[in-house]
Amino acid sequence: MSTRDTDWDGVRLHVVTGKGGTGKTTVAAALALALASGGRNVLLMEVEGRQGIAQLFDCPPLPYGERKVAVGPAIGPQQGGDVYALAVDPEAAFLEYLAMFYNLRHAGQALTRLGVVDFVTTLAPGLRDVLLTGKAAEAVRRRKGGKYLYDAVVMDAPPTGRIGRFLNVAAEVSGLAKVGPIRGHADTVQSVIRSPQTAVHFVTVLEEMPVQETLDGIAELRDEAHDGMQVGGIMINMMRPGVLSKTDLSAAKDGTLDEDELATGLKAAGIEESRSLAAELAADLAEDARAMDLHRRERQRLAAAGQPRYELPLVPDGMDLAGLYRLAEALRDQGAA
Amino acid sequence: MTGRQDGGGLGPLAAGRYRWLDVDRLADDPRTRIIVCCGSGGVGKTTIAAAVGLRAAERGRHVVVLTVDPARRLAQSMGLTTLDNTPRPVAGTQTSAGGSLHAMMLDMKRTFDEIVEAHSDPDRATQILANPFYQSLSSSFAGTQEYMAMEKLGQLRRAEEWDLIVVDTPPSRSALDFLDAPQRLGRFLDGRLIRILTGPAKLGGRAYLRVLNTGFSLVTGVLTKVLGAQVLRDVQTFVTALDTMFGGFRERADDTYRLLQTPGTAFLVIAAPEPDALREASYFVERLSRDRMPLAGLIVNRVHRARATRLSAARSLAAAEMLQNGSAPGGSAGPGSGRYQLAEAALRLHAERMQLAIRERRLAEHFIAAHPAVPIAEVPARPEDVHDLDGLREIGVSLAGADDPA
Repeated sequence: MSTRDTDWDGVRLHVVTGKGGTGKTTVAAALALALASGGRNVLLMEVEGRQGIAQLFDCPPLPYGERKVAVGPAIGPQQGGDVYALAVDPEAAFLEYLAMFYNLRHAGQALTRLGVVDFVTTLAPGLRDVLLTGKAAEAVRRRKGGKYLYDAVVMDAPPTGRIGRFLNVAAEVSGLAKVGPIRGHADTVQSVIRSPQTAVHFVTVLEEMPVQETLDGIAELRDEAHDGMQVGGIMINMMRPGVLSKTDLSAAKDGTLDEDELATGLKAAGIEESRSLAAELAADLAEDARAMDLHRRERQRLAAAGQPRYELPLVPDGMDLAGLYRLAEALRDQGAA
Repeated sequence: MTGRQDGGGLGPLAAGRYRWLDVDRLADDPRTRIIVCCGSGGVGKTTIAAAVGLRAAERGRHVVVLTVDPARRLAQSMGLTTLDNTPRPVAGTQTSAGGSLHAMMLDMKRTFDEIVEAHSDPDRATQILANPFYQSLSSSFAGTQEYMAMEKLGQLRRAEEWDLIVVDTPPSRSALDFLDAPQRLGRFLDGRLIRILTGPAKLGGRAYLRVLNTGFSLVTGVLTKVLGAQVLRDVQTFVTALDTMFGGFRERADDTYRLLQTPGTAFLVIAAPEPDALREASYFVERLSRDRMPLAGLIVNRVHRARATRLSAARSLAAAEMLQNGSAPGGSAGPGSGRYQLAEAALRLHAERMQLAIRERRLAEHFIAAHPAVPIAEVPARPEDVHDLDGLREIGVSLAGADDPA
């Protein structure tokens, strides 16, 4: 379809993780929109039962079923593709699994009443994660008329602190099942996750803790236990453009800004009390310069990870569909999709 | 107490229609024995818990801070290097007021192991600890962390070594999990399935026998088919071994729940001035009141304040445009000449900060309108994370309202 090269050509499962508060769900949704340009169909799925997608797209809570929530941007004459959304619920996924592989649809209800489903999806080691990642793997491989149904699947995954474990499905169930059907299922899921078809993207903001968690998460995915998993891009969210020139920035940081110059400028703009105002605004600038300095340091730390980075602007006044399209465009412009 | 007047700052709380949360009065009160800091992920619960604990200690109380998952540098600043379940004194705490500060990081698996060891003979304990289902339950079950945090809280409370315990709740998917989890785990361990799996031997009446036997064979049939026979054996070993402890689990969870409802407990809900975090805070406030949990108030963390609030955002932006276009009187320079670059930058930044402060205030006002009786305190945003006791002290000062410019 799209002939444009992107950084993640060939990737069909995009796993999006990030520390709480960094906008992981928003970025996952924007990435789904970006991928849905040029007539490509995309599935956006969430796995934590938060109904974050429904809130973002301002629609009623998603049932356990794939539902169209948006249309990707049109590129020239090409219409945008469809974005479908799915909130995966481990219990429903387990019942679906029973029905699909064991023809146990009716038994499912009885099992739910007895608490077996709750047991299996919450307690059996790693099974919950197998069911959630299994649903993603199934969607990635689903075909219709000889073609893949979805050109890409975007998963709003658990936070960075849990991502390594979440994706390491085979190790998780090894305590549970060394042989048998669950093991087989886990192995299939694993073959999708540990392949060039899957990339794990990290969402962060330029603050110390989220950056540290991003670096820790990347290091974890690169260790032996996660062999074959592909670290994707680093999405730097909520970026604010700087207002000062380089010279003024360093002066502001050192507290040597020329307040006279500032006051003259304010006066020229017709602002009264320009002297007292200049002092206050200089304090603002100094604070901002320190923040920018911190951003620069955190950016350098992220650069050292050696992964492609994408910068997403802060969308003031809350996130809505227009904001999502803006972020999607930024992702496309930078080659993320 | 009513809200204070707007001073130089324009925080969300400048409206003056809210009740002010007096954190010092709460933490100084000897009747306050437990402070639980809760809120959604990423709002700074751990930092606030540590700051409240440090301030209370330096004002004379004997405090222990129970933390679950602190950022590395914050943990180091409090002398916490290992997850060892042992409260350690925090070096650098000022003790001139006669107080003290200890801190500990929760090791959830060890806490669980200790419960098992305390409630069963050594052979059985070994058997349980080695079981893969127990290992899963004790390390990754959604809810175990919350449950163990509450268990530890109960232990610390009973120890009577400290007169104030400050807890930072586990980073839950949603703040509400934390209230539900202990009961859910208790219910689960005491549940019907577990009874079925422990075998028909314990059945009370004949009428149930048939039903449960049917249930049993159905369950075992499916589990064997789906999980394999080895798994089923593990499950049965696990539940049989834990059998003696089931009643105890439920009781412990209920005890903890009651402890949280006592007047000596105070809940502080922490939120950032963002829609999601405040929505979560609203749910939490409603839930606490429904469960008759003692809510002390809301702390809005990382609030942005603007200076020079007499210059509005719109006016500031217009002035910046004027300078940029060179249409200022005497400013024949034209765009890009950079003659008033500095002033233009300052005006743009000011407009941005005013807009942000106003947006945050609006969000807080929504909360206040919905929950007018909930006292509120605020902590301003800091350019950098907190890494040392001085940083925690500064947050404590803001919390207590002692840095208010008014």
